[in-house]
Amino acid sequence: MSVIIVLILASLTVALIFLAAFIWSVRSGQYEDTLTPSMRMLADEPNQHISETNSKPK
Amino acid sequence: MSSRLQRELQTPPPVTHRTSGGCFHCGEPCPDNSFARDGKDFCCFGCQTVFSLLRENGLEQFYELNAAAGTRIRAAAVATKWAFLDDPAVAAKLIDYADKTRAKVTLHLPAIHCVACVWLLENLFKLHPGVGHSAVNFSRREAAITFAPARIKFSELAALLASIGYEPELTFGATEKTKPSPLQKKAWLQIGLAAFGFGNIMLLSLPFYFGLDTFNGPWFRVLAGWIGLALALPVVTISAADLWRAAWSSLRQRTLTLEVPIVLGLVAIYVTSVFEVLAQRGPGYCDSLCGLIFFLLCGRLFQKKTYDRLTFDRDYKGFFPLSVIRKHAGGEVSVAISQLATGDHLILRNGELLPADAKLLSGEAWIDYSFVTGESEPVACAAGSHLFAGGRQVGGAIEVETVKPVTQSYLATLWNNEAFQKNRDQDLNSLTNRYSQRFTKLVIGIALAAAAFWLYQDATKALKAFTSVLIVACPCALALAAPLTHGTAQRLLARLKIYLKNALVIERMSGINTIVLDKTGTLTTAEAGGVSFQKAESGKQKSGITAGEADLIGSLARHSAHPNSVRIVKSLGFTAAPVTGFKETPGCGIEGVVAGHKVLLGSRAWLSQRGVSAGEPTSGATSVVAAVDGSFRGAFVFENSLRPEVAQLLAQLGHQYELVLLSGDNEREAARFKTLFGAAAILKFNQSPADKLNFVRELQQRGRKVMMVGDGLNDAGALQQAEVGVAVVERIGIFSPASDVILDAAELPRLARVLAFSRSAARVVRAGFVISALYNLVGVSIAATGFLSPIVCAILMPLSSATVIAFTCGATAWQGRKLRGPEGSAERSIRRDAHPTRFNPQLIAKEAA
Repeated sequence: MSVIIVLILASLTVALIFLAAFIWSVRSGQYEDTLTPSMRMLADEPNQHISETNSKPK
Repeated sequence: MSSRLQRELQTPPPVTHRTSGGCFHCGEPCPDNSFARDGKDFCCFGCQTVFSLLRENGLEQFYELNAAAGTRIRAAAVATKWAFLDDPAVAAKLIDYADKTRAKVTLHLPAIHCVACVWLLENLFKLHPGVGHSAVNFSRREAAITFAPARIKFSELAALLASIGYEPELTFGATEKTKPSPLQKKAWLQIGLAAFGFGNIMLLSLPFYFGLDTFNGPWFRVLAGWIGLALALPVVTISAADLWRAAWSSLRQRTLTLEVPIVLGLVAIYVTSVFEVLAQRGPGYCDSLCGLIFFLLCGRLFQKKTYDRLTFDRDYKGFFPLSVIRKHAGGEVSVAISQLATGDHLILRNGELLPADAKLLSGEAWIDYSFVTGESEPVACAAGSHLFAGGRQVGGAIEVETVKPVTQSYLATLWNNEAFQKNRDQDLNSLTNRYSQRFTKLVIGIALAAAAFWLYQDATKALKAFTSVLIVACPCALALAAPLTHGTAQRLLARLKIYLKNALVIERMSGINTIVLDKTGTLTTAEAGGVSFQKAESGKQKSGITAGEADLIGSLARHSAHPNSVRIVKSLGFTAAPVTGFKETPGCGIEGVVAGHKVLLGSRAWLSQRGVSAGEPTSGATSVVAAVDGSFRGAFVFENSLRPEVAQLLAQLGHQYELVLLSGDNEREAARFKTLFGAAAILKFNQSPADKLNFVRELQQRGRKVMMVGDGLNDAGALQQAEVGVAVVERIGIFSPASDVILDAAELPRLARVLAFSRSAARVVRAGFVISALYNLVGVSIAATGFLSPIVCAILMPLSSATVIAFTCGATAWQGRKLRGPEGSAERSIRRDAHPTRFNPQLIAKEAA
């Protein structure tokens, strides 16, 4: 039955990866403005600057 | 597209579609095709210029995204207007970040209203090589722009934005802006952590609920228990940190808020789980524990709805412009208000706001104090007279000398009143807290009684009974009832353009018994105001203007920007004729020759100077007198008309509330409002802002719960002092004083229904309390017997939460249906009948046809 231990460890690892991804997304400001991105995508022209929207000036 | 997005897109000024023949850039009607270019009509040179600029830079997609998406350029761009932005002291306050090569600034651009605006502003770099990356926040109407100060100065950037129709709104208050707090981020992180703990522990616990754990042997039980305890630890400490803090501060203030029994319950669950795992009896209750915290945090986030576009805490600084024109030896220069000193000479043009108390030096001053006092008519001031901050110049340019610093003006002193110091948001006397006082004492009493009982009967069960009672009584469902009801109510109201500062306002609103209303701007409106024309031949009953007169007067008035001329033009239906020899004498009137006739339009005194006898004024209201070829034809009388349905609203409110009218205006309309408000109501006129504040305070000292409904800065003190301050605004997002509720002026008739809704929301909260109390009663009676099984715990806790969530949200939404009420036909017919005497040739023509 020790296979259950492997499975638990695997599931916990995956969950922790998702938790880390979530923390990163909040920290990078993705939850600050949830309205504008939905409008931005309506403009068809691919715009390289859009991808930098949330990056801070270096 | 989400419905929220659609609503946001519908809020801006109506955009006329291109096919209707309007301006290709802004959609407004074009008077003639003198600005046509490339087969496209433009209403003015400004729009044509923007179109050319965008086309030259390959930004024509702007017009494909949204037809006629532009904003009309109303004022010609003045490069010097923004010069003050290059002052390092001013720039330092506005710029978020700067290094040697680049600077980043966040500007408020109220003109942002559609997808095309977002797209254009984010492609700003194509218009000027000095502009780098820009990002728009639509809900805040803000753009964060990075630019290279070496290639484009800050003032040039502001001028560039203004030239394409997005003039930055720079107010005096903007220099002291606080950066958005990281609170929202923290709330998301806490919820995410709680969800992580809840989900994973629940996965490990499922085998126990289904009795599958026997396959794995006892070691699995211990392993699952330890993993659960480890995962729950950060949830209890980090996610629930606010609960701990709130419970601690309430104990220090010697009150019992709802957080106290919640934290007691959390501790009891965790400690019991540790004992169960150590004793190898089971995996503990960590799944329920994390579930509780997760639901509680969701409820709180639900309540924390904020409106980025709206500011509820504005003080006078938010109304003042950031710069003003100062005159000195070399000429005129634009300076920041923060750098004004007493004795400075300022130039104020038509429509500009006086930032500090000052003395008039020269020019025809017509000061509109409606913002400060509520008095609707501009006051004529002679040279040397004292002018108060907050007044707005109407007419020509004047020169003034400041006599007091900005922060010590008459207006600013209002903000030093103690009413602005108190913070009502941590209201300990809320419905939930009153209820929880009794609840907490009862729960601790039962827990102690159960422990004492078992100590005599069977000492081994005493501790278990004690903790079990605390666990089951943990008032999670109770804590959810109020936030969910208030949050739902807040959302429903926001759909009707009634915005609450926070969810607690609805509870305070349900308790009020007195409504104080302001007159000018709240019950009446100048914009839709009636302009009636009184004929010269007073002997005849016939009133109204002949079509010929309308053509002459309208053509002349069209050329003046004076507010009275604008109102006359709006009220007349006429065909424009060319005007020669147009001359405007500020403060007096306008004259010109139209179709061979000499037309004069102005004040009575001015006309009599010019040899026209205009007779005696018939009423106290302001009037503008018209003469054609030296003979008096009649007078235009301006009145502030009541907003539609105000009479109905007052009648509805009068049944349940004590009504008070506080007006800064004089008593000339007292009789009219006496009939509207009814005999019992208190009507007070000539009220200064401080009088209003003091009157509200007096009412409160007599035990009244007051709701103040007002609009301008003159109501700011009273709005703040009242239990609920409602600011009535013509356009959402601009110019509203500090308040609890921001109400679109068009929604004022709904006020009675909103109040009724707030009372039913309070009833829903109470019913939610009863439901969760019933669950607790069942749970506690099992727990007190000392036989609490994990399965009972696992069923009762989520079930009670789910019931309360479903009930409160459902019941509030159901009550909210009544908010909309019947509309349409009734509303329209009243609007038309409100002023049967109002002169409107178009309406008369329509009805005759």
